[in-house]
Amino acid sequence: MTDIRYVAPQTLDEAIGAYAAAGSAARILAGGTDLLVQMRSGAVKPGLIVDIKKVRELTAVEEISGGGFRIGAAVPGAVLAEHPRFRQTWPGVLEAVNLIGSTQVQGRASAGGNLCNASPAGAIVTVQGPDGRRELKVEDVPAGPGRTNLKPGEILVSFTLPPRPPGSSDAYLRMIPRTEMDIAVVGCGVSLTLKDGVCTHARVGLGAVAPTALLVEPAAQALIGSRLDDTALTAAANACRAACRPIDDKRGTIAYRTQIAGVLLKRTTNIAAERAQGK
Amino acid sequence: MAKLHVSTTVNGEPLEFLCEPHDTMLDALRNQLALTGSKEGCASGDCGACSITLDDRLVCSCLMLAAEAEGHEIRTIEGMARGGRLHPLQEKFLEQAALQCGICTSGMLVASEALLAKNPDPSEEEVRFWLAGNLCRCTGYDKIVRAVLETATEMREAAQ
Ligand SMILES: Cc1cc2nc3c(=O)[nH]c(=O)nc-3n(C[C@H](O)[C@H](O)[C@H](O)COP(=O)(O)OP(=O)(O)OC[C@H]3O[C@@H](n4cnc5c(N)ncnc54)[C@H](O)[C@@H]3O)c2cc1C
Ligand code: FES
Ligand code: FES
Repeated sequence: MTDIRYVAPQTLDEAIGAYAAAGSAARILAGGTDLLVQMRSGAVKPGLIVDIKKVRELTAVEEISGGGFRIGAAVPGAVLAEHPRFRQTWPGVLEAVNLIGSTQVQGRASAGGNLCNASPAGAIVTVQGPDGRRELKVEDVPAGPGRTNLKPGEILVSFTLPPRPPGSSDAYLRMIPRTEMDIAVVGCGVSLTLKDGVCTHARVGLGAVAPTALLVEPAAQALIGSRLDDTALTAAANACRAACRPIDDKRGTIAYRTQIAGVLLKRTTNIAAERAQGK
Repeated sequence: MAKLHVSTTVNGEPLEFLCEPHDTMLDALRNQLALTGSKEGCASGDCGACSITLDDRLVCSCLMLAAEAEGHEIRTIEGMARGGRLHPLQEKFLEQAALQCGICTSGMLVASEALLAKNPDPSEEEVRFWLAGNLCRCTGYDKIVRAVLETATEMREAAQ
């Protein structure tokens, strides 16, 4: 048996110190729903496991002034779902997080440990390492399947979701071959703001159609300034299809995934718009 | 390699045990604590046979390190019957024959109890959704879902 050490520090500084000192053999443990599976299969053999769940900042959901939220990187999906106000402000982000796995997996799995859904919320991610703190856009964190742009020794601390103007909401849909517990063929998130029926702000994200989640700016542009009529939705759907660079696999062909990306864009936009209008 | 010393509470009883850093909670329950009610179906979070609660939250014990139990409260299937009396869910599973080989049963019961604690009046869809992470190769789920719904009704009536 190879030697493994387990530590559960109480502070972020201690966690980073231990994590950075142990180098590439160290692994952060949040919910463990990826890490324990990887350890069990032998794909990962950590020399040191740094359990970050005793660090308060990493497990807290806090409202920040103006109505935004700061979510600790290790907060499980089920805890986020129980927050009384988060669901009203960011229903689409919650949908995306709550689609990860079963009830049991939700009890543990964190957005920090995942970070690969196509959430278009415009979230800022705070990371801290031996050289201090920095902020990144959420879309800049993943570098490719199984890789991130975090530097050695850096830990993801929290996600910050900004306050929203009135008339804003979001939605997330994913297409899976089974009805539950499967990996997305395509995921689509839309966040938007409506003023007198006109879309004044939009962000569109797609998942599972490229090596990392995509922010589709041309699709957002097609929505902005429109009343989300058929012409605008079709233009945005086409922009999504044009942005897809999917793979062919047993879950779906390239043609299928590309087609579905456009369909999901329309459905997701409609749900976000209904929510923004308080329907 | 030095073993880790863990102090925790299992089914209301304070307990201490030694474990390897890579042992899962399921390993510790079954091998150190002789609580073999929780089953290992897959060891990858897919089947739910190892379901326990950690501070009242439903989790897979195969996806949790034993060391993480330090200072927390664990409940397992062994804690479900109280004072020699089966829990109403257990009674109903027997009455309705909601089990065959029994491998999934402790996980189904622990998960169902957690559901009813959170939502005493679930719809059929809510029951099916909540139990989607508990796989059963034998029953076809129908009897399980019916048993949970009927228990919920009876427990609500009893509480009035
Ligand atoms: C049955 C089952 C179903 C699943 N279904 C889905 C699904 O539908 N969709 C999906 O996307 N995923 C799914 N997953 C995968 C997994 O649950 C998610 O990726 C989850 O979000 C991982 O979070 P975690 O907190 O458990 O991560 P962990 O396993 O704790 O960590 C994952 C990785 O991230 C690193 N890490 C964790 N936190 C930090 C941090 N703060 N800073 C730096 N590095 C960190 C860890 O070292 C590790 O390498 C499923 C898993 C299981 C077991
Ligand atoms: S053994 Fe834990 S989920 Fe299957
Ligand atoms: S009774 Fe056999 S797996 Fe469910």
